[in-house]
Amino acid sequence: MKKLIEIFFTSMKVGAMTFGGGYAMLPILQKEVIDRKHWNTEEEILDYYAMSQCLPGIIMVNTLVFVGKKQKGRLGAIASALGSVTPSFIIITVIASVLTAFANVPAVQHAFAGIRVCVCILIFNSILKLWRSSVIDNRCLAIFIIVALGSYFLNITPIAFVVGAGIVGLVLHIIYKKKISGDEN
Amino acid sequence: MTYLRLFYEFFKIGLFSIGGGMATLPFLYALSDSTKWFSHEQIVDMLAISESTPGPIGINMATYVGFTSGSILGSLVATIGMIIPGIILVLIITRVLNKFKNNFYVEGIFYGLRPASTALIASAGILVAKITFLHITLYDATGSLTDLFDMKAIILAFILLFFTRSFKMTKELHPVIFIAFSAAVGIVFKF
Repeated sequence: MKKLIEIFFTSMKVGAMTFGGGYAMLPILQKEVIDRKHWNTEEEILDYYAMSQCLPGIIMVNTLVFVGKKQKGRLGAIASALGSVTPSFIIITVIASVLTAFANVPAVQHAFAGIRVCVCILIFNSILKLWRSSVIDNRCLAIFIIVALGSYFLNITPIAFVVGAGIVGLVLHIIYKKKISGDEN
Repeated sequence: MTYLRLFYEFFKIGLFSIGGGMATLPFLYALSDSTKWFSHEQIVDMLAISESTPGPIGINMATYVGFTSGSILGSLVATIGMIIPGIILVLIITRVLNKFKNNFYVEGIFYGLRPASTALIASAGILVAKITFLHITLYDATGSLTDLFDMKAIILAFILLFFTRSFKMTKELHPVIFIAFSAAVGIVFKF
C-alpha cells in the first residue's frame, strides 16, 4: 500500500509539472523516476516513451503506466495512471467552473478571440513538426492527402481513417520491404 | 445515460487517437457534430486552456468536455474512459515487450498510421482556422469580401508566426506566453 501511494504521488508530480505533454515530460520524468527514486534506467524510460508514442491514448499516462507496472504490477499501473491525471483533473475542473460564470463578460470574449488566433498558430506549428517525422516518402504523402481531403469533405468518423491507414500502411510495408530484400537476393 | 455515453465516447478517443495531444482534436470535432455537447468554438477555447495549464492536453480536453457536458462526475467519467485503453494496452505490451518493439508488422501499421494522424490533425486545424479568420455568417449577409476576412486576426497570426518560428530569441518560449500575449492583444484591440 505504501508503495502504491508513492507511485501515485510520484506520477502526480510528473503530471503537475508537465505543460503541454510530449517531450516536455521527459526531463521531469528523468529527474523524478531515475535520479530520485532509482526505479528505472535511462534506457528503460526512453523505451517506454518510444512505445507510448506508438500506442493509442495519452503519451504521458502510458509512459507512467509502464513505470508503475514495473514497480507494483497491475495495481501499480493503475496507481500511476490515476496519479498522472489528478493534477489536470483538479485544475481543469476549477477553470471550467470559473469560466462558465465569466463566459459572457466582453473582456473574456475578446481575450478568447485573441487566444484562438494563437491556438491556430500552435496547431500549425505542431502539424509541421509531425509532418517531418510522419510524411517520409511519396507513399506517406499520398496517405496524407487522401486522409486530409477525406476527413475534411466526407462526414466519416476519424476511426475509419485510422484503421484504414493502418491496413494500407501494413500492405505497403510488406510489398515495399519484400521488394527490397528481393533485390538484395 | 449521459455518463455512459461520455465514458463510451472518450474510451473510443483514447483507443483511436495516436500521437499525443493534438491527435484528439479530430475526434472532438466528430463528437461535437454528433452530440452537440459543445461547439467548435468551445473546442478551440478548451485547447487554449489545455495548452496553458499543466498536464497532458488530451486529459485536459477530456476533463473539460466532461465538465461542460456532465459536471464533475462527467469530467471524472470522461477522463477515466480516455485512459483505460492505454492502461490495458500497456499491460499487454509489457508481456511481449521485445517482440513488439521491432516487429515488422507493427512497423508497417505505424508507417501508414503516422501520416494519417497528421492529416486528421491538419483537417481539424483548417476547421479551427475557418472560425478564427473568416466571418462566414457576416459575409453571407453582406456579400462583401472585406467582411469575409478578420483582418485583425490575420495580422496577429502573422506576428505570432514570426515569433514562434523565425525569431530565434522567442522561438523556444513556452506556448503559455504566446497565449497570454494573444489574450492581451484580443482585449486591447477588441477582437
